[in-house]
Amino acid sequence: MKLINKVFTGLAMTAMAAGVAQASTLEDVKAAGELKCVVSTGVAGFAAPNADGVWEGFDVDFCRAVAAAVLHDANAVKFVPTTGKTRFTTLASGEGDILFRNTTETLSRDVDLKLTFLPVNYYDGQGFLVPASLGVTSAVELDGASVCIQTGTTTELNLADFFRTNNISYEPVAIETNEEGLTNYVAGRCDVYTTDVSGLAATRSKLDNPADHVVLPDVISKEPLGGAVRHGDDQWADIGKWVVNALIAAEEMGVNSKNVKNLASSAEGKLPAINRLTGAEGEMGAMLGLSSDWAVQAISAVGNYGEIFERNIGVNTPVGLSRGVNAQWKDGGILYAAPIR
Amino acid sequence: MSQEYAPGTHPSLPPPRGTTGPIHWLKENLFSSPTNTIVTLVIIYLFAQILPPMVDWFFSDATFVGENRKACTTDGACWAFVGDRFNLFIYGFYPAEERWRVNLTGILLVIALAAVLWDRMPARKQMFIYALAFPFIATWLLTGGAGLEPVGTDKFGGLTLTLVVGITGIVISLPLGVLLALGRQSSLPIIKYFSIGFIEFIRGVPLITLLFVASTMLSYFLPPGSSFDLLLRVLIMVTLFASAYMAEVIRGGLQALPKGQLEAAESLGLNYAQAMRFIILPQALKISIPGIVNTFIGLYKDTTLVIIIGLLDPLGIGRASVAHPDWLGLSSEVYMFVAVFFFISCFSMSRYSLYLENKLHTGHNR
Repeated sequence: MKLINKVFTGLAMTAMAAGVAQASTLEDVKAAGELKCVVSTGVAGFAAPNADGVWEGFDVDFCRAVAAAVLHDANAVKFVPTTGKTRFTTLASGEGDILFRNTTETLSRDVDLKLTFLPVNYYDGQGFLVPASLGVTSAVELDGASVCIQTGTTTELNLADFFRTNNISYEPVAIETNEEGLTNYVAGRCDVYTTDVSGLAATRSKLDNPADHVVLPDVISKEPLGGAVRHGDDQWADIGKWVVNALIAAEEMGVNSKNVKNLASSAEGKLPAINRLTGAEGEMGAMLGLSSDWAVQAISAVGNYGEIFERNIGVNTPVGLSRGVNAQWKDGGILYAAPIR
Repeated sequence: MSQEYAPGTHPSLPPPRGTTGPIHWLKENLFSSPTNTIVTLVIIYLFAQILPPMVDWFFSDATFVGENRKACTTDGACWAFVGDRFNLFIYGFYPAEERWRVNLTGILLVIALAAVLWDRMPARKQMFIYALAFPFIATWLLTGGAGLEPVGTDKFGGLTLTLVVGITGIVISLPLGVLLALGRQSSLPIIKYFSIGFIEFIRGVPLITLLFVASTMLSYFLPPGSSFDLLLRVLIMVTLFASAYMAEVIRGGLQALPKGQLEAAESLGLNYAQAMRFIILPQALKISIPGIVNTFIGLYKDTTLVIIIGLLDPLGIGRASVAHPDWLGLSSEVYMFVAVFFFISCFSMSRYSLYLENKLHTGHNR
């Protein structure tokens, strides 16, 4: 036993030493020449490979924006596909540098799992998808229903809370991925499929006859989805945070992928806020440890927040989500980027 | 009128009517009793119910060409999706302009396999040397370096990944398993207890856990700054896992041999290595063929677990692909395609093992 104890203590100390001795993530990324970005194994509109094996999606574009800001190359990203269960371990072990995997920010993940969350890039909420034939109009009528639910997610906990508060019972059917959820739901192995409303909209559009299925009006949780990095490297967290802020602020100021190069070319006669964003004024890039055109790089690579949204999950895509609360605060949404100054 | 035959020259008469031919076969096998007749009719009815819709879904109503899901307007399968993603299924994320290297490796692999598996291969001795060199050639071709554009192993995926993991695991786990099996029976305590410990540890832990450790825990244990290739870690874990099972299968074969075989070998003056090489292992391995192939097939199918560590095999590619907005919700097609792919691979393996068993059949079978 003593020997075993010694071995384990040794391993643990090595592990701690490994954690401490690591260089900063920024340096690691620059040295590697690529950003290791943790994404999902496939969520419609958020992350999926196209026919040529190039990853596309809302989350993917945020990875590319960070890579563009840091490495000046939106394609210098190594995507690390993860399931709901493996995503945090992958990030924590250093197999990923940053995570954009429609992940809800919660206290326990922030504190206990030692993540630092980046600003929210999509405000979501948990809803229910049911067949119209069930004749249910509200989630409180779902007593005794079997519910397909992704394991290892906040939706699992929300569901338990919701049914407990309403004093009704349910039978969970555990699934691993969105695809599996859809398959089980279509096959009738569960009466209800629950996940974030964005996911439900996409799921519904996949069904053979979307009109036969309804998304119930009840939204039972707040799901602020955002990127995350490991605790302990504030500089890296700052970079992630301000890249997201820059993309949101760019939309607010009318800066997009087409005009950003022009706007950046000279400081003359532009709004000071735009000049600070493009690096024509101030030392924002240097403060972050990046070049002064970091935001220009990011925006010209993937566009501003609005462009990313419309290209991947907007109303003109098969996913078909409207902006809703994810509109700019000026347009009645709750997107409100902190000022870049 | 009767024809005369010399004694012993009468040709055989045809069998009585009704004891040969398709009608007799049907009578004998399908309608031999009232119960069997009922069962036969019920099964025919079920087939009649199931087959036409299946054929419709697979072929008649299926869509074979198209750019995105909108092209699939019929009720049948949307094979256009598989067609569109075919390269992804085969090569994964391997760069398009370097895919000829995967193709070349594939061709070389077929030749190497033929040299090992087919005993009438011309110039087999020389081919055998080539087969031994093949792993190194393949590594060079696939990962690059020394004149070729380097390709990171994180770009591997799809069929390429399955074959790399599956074949490496199969090829290395067999000799490793033999050594472990012999080690477990060794009279040298260190070797014996190491083998037992290794086998029991690996068998006591699910593969998925080992893969997880390989992908996320190793970086805690290794000295800081050192990272070694993810695919290599997977290969090591899969191989170790399969070799532990292999060792037990072969130990079964070894125990089936009477002790007299070893004693006879020793009395002929053969040393341990010779006895194993010429007497014990040829017999033990022959007995173990079904179990060995079983382990191989299991290993091959377990390669789908690499999704846990962020590598996409055909199944992972398929799942990721159906999440692309162009092809939402076509999971049935993906699962069908992947199922057919795995069935073909595994069925070939099991047929080959049957062929091998027949070839090595020396009369001990009952």
